[in-house]
Amino acid sequence: MSIADLLEGKRICVCSGCGGVGKTTTSAAIALGMAAEGAKVAVVTIDPARRLANALGLEELGNEPRLVEPDRLRSGGLKVRGELWAMMLDPKRTFDELIERLAPDPDSAKEILANRVYRELSTAVAGSQEFTAVSKLYELDKEYDFDLLVLDTPPSRNALDFLDAPGRLTSFLEGRMLKTFVRPTGFGMRILGRGSGVLGAALQRVTGVDLLADLSTFFRLLGGMTEDFRVRAAEVEKMLTASTTAFLLVTSPQREPIDEAIWFRRTLRESGLPFAGVIVNRVHHDILGASPRSDVIESLQAGLTDQLAARVAENFHDYHVLARSDELNIARLAPDDDGRPLMLVPHLDDDVHDVEGLLRVHRYLFASEAERKRMIAQVVA
Amino acid sequence: MRWSAAEIRCLPTPQTLPGDPETSSLSAPRDGPPSSVSRLLDKRLIFVTGKGGVGKSTVATALGLVGARSGLRTIVVELAAQDRVRRTLAEAEAEGDGEGGERPVPLVEHELAPGLFTISIDPQHAMDEYLRIKVGPIGHALGSSKLFQAFAMATPGMRELLTMGKVWELAQLQRRTRGAAPYDLVVVDAPSSGHGVGILRTPRTFAEIARVGPIAHQGRAIAATIADPEVTAVIAVATPEEMPVNEALMLRDALASEGLSLHDVIVNAVYPSRFDDDELTQLREAAEDADSPLARAAIRAALSECARAANQNHQLARLAAGLDRRLIELPFLFADHLDRPELERLADRLGAGLAGQGHKQQPRRVPAEELT
Repeated sequence: MSIADLLEGKRICVCSGCGGVGKTTTSAAIALGMAAEGAKVAVVTIDPARRLANALGLEELGNEPRLVEPDRLRSGGLKVRGELWAMMLDPKRTFDELIERLAPDPDSAKEILANRVYRELSTAVAGSQEFTAVSKLYELDKEYDFDLLVLDTPPSRNALDFLDAPGRLTSFLEGRMLKTFVRPTGFGMRILGRGSGVLGAALQRVTGVDLLADLSTFFRLLGGMTEDFRVRAAEVEKMLTASTTAFLLVTSPQREPIDEAIWFRRTLRESGLPFAGVIVNRVHHDILGASPRSDVIESLQAGLTDQLAARVAENFHDYHVLARSDELNIARLAPDDDGRPLMLVPHLDDDVHDVEGLLRVHRYLFASEAERKRMIAQVVA
Repeated sequence: MRWSAAEIRCLPTPQTLPGDPETSSLSAPRDGPPSSVSRLLDKRLIFVTGKGGVGKSTVATALGLVGARSGLRTIVVELAAQDRVRRTLAEAEAEGDGEGGERPVPLVEHELAPGLFTISIDPQHAMDEYLRIKVGPIGHALGSSKLFQAFAMATPGMRELLTMGKVWELAQLQRRTRGAAPYDLVVVDAPSSGHGVGILRTPRTFAEIARVGPIAHQGRAIAATIADPEVTAVIAVATPEEMPVNEALMLRDALASEGLSLHDVIVNAVYPSRFDDDELTQLREAAEDADSPLARAAIRAALSECARAANQNHQLARLAAGLDRRLIELPFLFADHLDRPELERLADRLGAGLAGQGHKQQPRRVPAEELT
């Protein structure tokens, strides 16, 4: 199965995984491939490598998708029948826009954007970056006519932040605490007013009165938007759980990312989110299996000096250690398998961060299983 | 990365790491004067950050080992805000793997080996401790108030501030924690670059917003410690690849805008240079003539490694040119997981690198005066 088969009829493709596994590259390669197949695709990314950003013309981007000039893609020799759009998400700006959109009136929006707690600390609200990312995705889905949106998820502390975000932000806003705090007769007001109780006095003693005032305003303003956030979160959740959405897990074959992927796959299933498959990047393939070092040296003796042959054999041995380790780690992904594809992309010799690199990854992702096997065999031997 | 942070956490448990004092390299130079070769180890507080997946936890642990070997009473701090430990624990429990296993108790300073401690900080416990120490019985009442708890945890940035407060406390010469001995070296396994700068900035932000009162006061004290180059250093970990190098360079800029500087950059997972140019030519020729699949595969693997090493060298040169800092290189380890011997090896290399020996100096392609 190729990515094209997997994304047939899908409108949203969410690429998830922990940091450093090639998520951005994979997202871009998928978007490029689907555009080549004739679709109008947008890739939403957070922080691409400079070369990739350059290649896609993302440098001069605002917070809206922009058409990647076909010329930029032509250099790699791939014929793009559809359109590739790209945007680089600015989390802070997206959050500001969301506030402006959801605030009951322009004055409230202005007040919250000017609040010091919001200005300095809003990006620290747990899940806010992740929430704004999916929220942006929702807006793109509603306001543009893309056939497919590919989201490169933000580099979360862990992948769950992203899934939890809509719920977490609204439960924060809906929480009893906040309600109590922002109610005119509530806790916060009591503290700020006169005659506060022991608890209020203690709180003031711990925080200081200025901070408490700013926080109170922050909570009151945001609390006033709870319903709007809740509605948005529900819509976002509906979008993410729809059958037209596909979650792809991106990982590398080392132990920790694989652990993360196994755990994340379980979480996706438990949350009823449409898990579509796993892509394992940078795999050291081992076609020949282990060979005794002496055999390797012997096979090389015709063309190389003994000393060089020994080092080549040493290197081959080291490669085999990595290949075996990758194989064992990848095997751990299998038991839970319910027929969802596991796609392996070999460890390429180059660091992949330009259009040519995208095309190399693209070849594997958009190949049939048989073609992929053939290509891997070629790479290895 | 090739090394799992979870493994490192699992391996040096008290049962396995101290070992026999006679053979433990950790316990060797306890009595000598602290090594004076490394300026980094003169700091009391070191934050280790960098792009996700480059081996920050590994480097933080290795740095802890280097500190302990130099006779410094050292603690490696893991921030539970990263959630990794909690999840690892949850999984272990789910698999019924709980019996006798080591569960890091929050805020307990756990001795792994003579002179080497570890602690996991979570904001909730940090707050309880802070309130107990600062506000006494009223603080205790506050801490047990659900309303207050929810308020504190919902306040943006508060989790980070509380975490930094505990880190700061660990680095005090006069510890607030009753009966606690001071540390010579506190190594923080900090969040990845973006969050890492955020958490360093939080105390100052709170100090500015709060202006007066205890949080402002506390925020200022922590911020002053972070900003004091005599006490605190921030180091970046990168692998010699495009994105991690970009992040290290961006981290330097982000720190500069906070009035902080990047003390050292540690480049992890550097491939060996096994073959020189002549040999590369020989290998290419041999590849044409090789007749057995085994010979072809072995030569192919060698050529691959050459290509990867060349790419790495390019990135190393870019990093060196972009930074007015020395680079300390740690080797790529061809191992399926990182065990204690590998950690010790990395600590050897890191110690030598910090001392300015045993690491390959990369050619600086840009003259020093052109660096900004």
